[in-house]
Amino acid sequence: MDQYYHSIYFDSEKCLGRRKCMRVCPTQAIRVRNNKAQMLEERCIDCGECIATCPNGAIIPLTDPFGELTKFRHTVAIPSPALYAQFGREILPSKIISGLKRLGFDDAVDLAYTCGKVSFAIQEYIRQYEGPKPLIINTCPTVVRLIQVKYPNLIDQVLPIDIPREIAGREIKKKKSKQYGLEEKEIGTFYITPCPVKMISIKQPAEKGRSHLDGAISISDMYGPLLSAMESVDKGDYRQSLESICILGIGWALTGGICRTLKLKNSLAVSGLSEILQVFNDIERGKLKDIDFIEAYSCPQGCVGGSLTVENLYISYNKILKLIETLEYEKIKACPDIREVRDLYRKNYFFIEGKLNPRPLNPLDKNLNQAIKKRKLKQKVYKALPQIDCGACGSPNCFTFAEDLVRGKAIPSDCIFDFASNDENLSQEISQLVDNPVPLNSNPLKKNKPNKD
Amino acid sequence: MKNKENVLSQHYEINGGDFSNAGNISTQIKETLKELGIRSSLIRRAAIAAYEAEMNVVMYAHQGQFQFSLTPSTIHFTVKDLGIGIEDIELAMQEGYSTATEELREMGFGAGMGLPNIKRNSDQFQISSTPGKGTFLDIFFYLNQREK
Repeated sequence: MDQYYHSIYFDSEKCLGRRKCMRVCPTQAIRVRNNKAQMLEERCIDCGECIATCPNGAIIPLTDPFGELTKFRHTVAIPSPALYAQFGREILPSKIISGLKRLGFDDAVDLAYTCGKVSFAIQEYIRQYEGPKPLIINTCPTVVRLIQVKYPNLIDQVLPIDIPREIAGREIKKKKSKQYGLEEKEIGTFYITPCPVKMISIKQPAEKGRSHLDGAISISDMYGPLLSAMESVDKGDYRQSLESICILGIGWALTGGICRTLKLKNSLAVSGLSEILQVFNDIERGKLKDIDFIEAYSCPQGCVGGSLTVENLYISYNKILKLIETLEYEKIKACPDIREVRDLYRKNYFFIEGKLNPRPLNPLDKNLNQAIKKRKLKQKVYKALPQIDCGACGSPNCFTFAEDLVRGKAIPSDCIFDFASNDENLSQEISQLVDNPVPLNSNPLKKNKPNKD
Repeated sequence: MKNKENVLSQHYEINGGDFSNAGNISTQIKETLKELGIRSSLIRRAAIAAYEAEMNVVMYAHQGQFQFSLTPSTIHFTVKDLGIGIEDIELAMQEGYSTATEELREMGFGAGMGLPNIKRNSDQFQISSTPGKGTFLDIFFYLNQREK
């Protein structure tokens, strides 16, 4: 099987096997073996729900340290528009960009303007699109992975327009290498990220071989230094600063921002994984065919709710919203020229470079006949289990344990209720159908007993 | 040597008017088909047909039964309901024809696409109905058939 890159790391030294992460994982991607949490790589979609629940800080988000900058001849910071929401209302994007330049980057480029271009490109694509609806935005890597893993049917509905940070990275490398006579690989492009998930789209893009970004630095890591760096930046003229903000672009920081600034009629904005699951289920049933476009973000309220942000997400959400309202009221757009965007659109400037493929989970068995037998056995096992989801076995709930068991990833005695010992038929059926099972072997109440075989 | 046929079956009860649970059967069937490694285009068709059949019971009947069964060659749904039934089946099979109340339409249902959608997405479809009594649907998908 392919190796999957993940932006989450489990530190087994710190893990005490308390199973809190296992219970909150929305894709049942965590098992506890020998009292240590482990990730099932093919199931994890990097949503990061587990990070905050760990009482021991054993789950660590992976982003790049500042030191990475020294590996490049010329470095450029590309901040997520969510960074603009982290400071007081009087600190506008132009000041933040100036602050970034004083932090050790050779340059900092406003991403909102590229976001604005991509907004127009999305509008253009929706206008000409005739396939199954609704289209789903691809900017949140967790949502893209969720679709690859759990909703492979919807893969053709994922927008084939590349994400702004990738397009910006590509163009910056092109421009700077020419300007300074350097090779593209000598230009370091760093995304300033509100969440660890963006790392996976940099280290292992879902659809292409290589990202145009070289790393991601967390907003929380640079917040303090940036705040001091901005102290010496002149505030500048308020009106002038406002006039440099692309209204279409800053909307990308929050759920619904794109639909709102583009004034799309038949669109929907959804955030939070459980809400997304409901909406995607409805799409699969063919229920939302009248909707053209869906903005979906794994974090609550969109990127402003990312786990590596500093400001309270409702305050930062509100800051961006107020900024959009002010710009609307002042009739300031500062957006790219739409004719220019259409021209670029025709030249394939915006389209993703590869094809997004599904990544469905392995079936219970490659042979359908066997798979049906195992599915029936799973149902039987589940019925025999206590169904109290205690998690002592190391699987998040009884239903998942039943599945682990028929997949040969657990044995009946992993369950502290010893559910199969009185039912000879069931035990026999399990041993007949499941080859070479590996025990979860993490049962704390049994850990001193020797293994049976 | 032929084994006795390997069948997975699941029985569901549907209550008329129960909109809050509508769609659950389709979701569960979809999950099962995924676990079995059925190709995704077929899962999509089966999920849409299951959902439409389920919704018809919720909208037009007091009570219904949904039977799902699967063999290595066939997916089979039978949907039986106690309800108002259908007067003119030919008419009901026309796209856009609907007897839905104003209230249902306001909720976004009753576009007259349900039965035609089931027919279009399935490989074989039969319907019979007794007005005033209920409706019976027989829906098949063939696993070894080429994609339509």
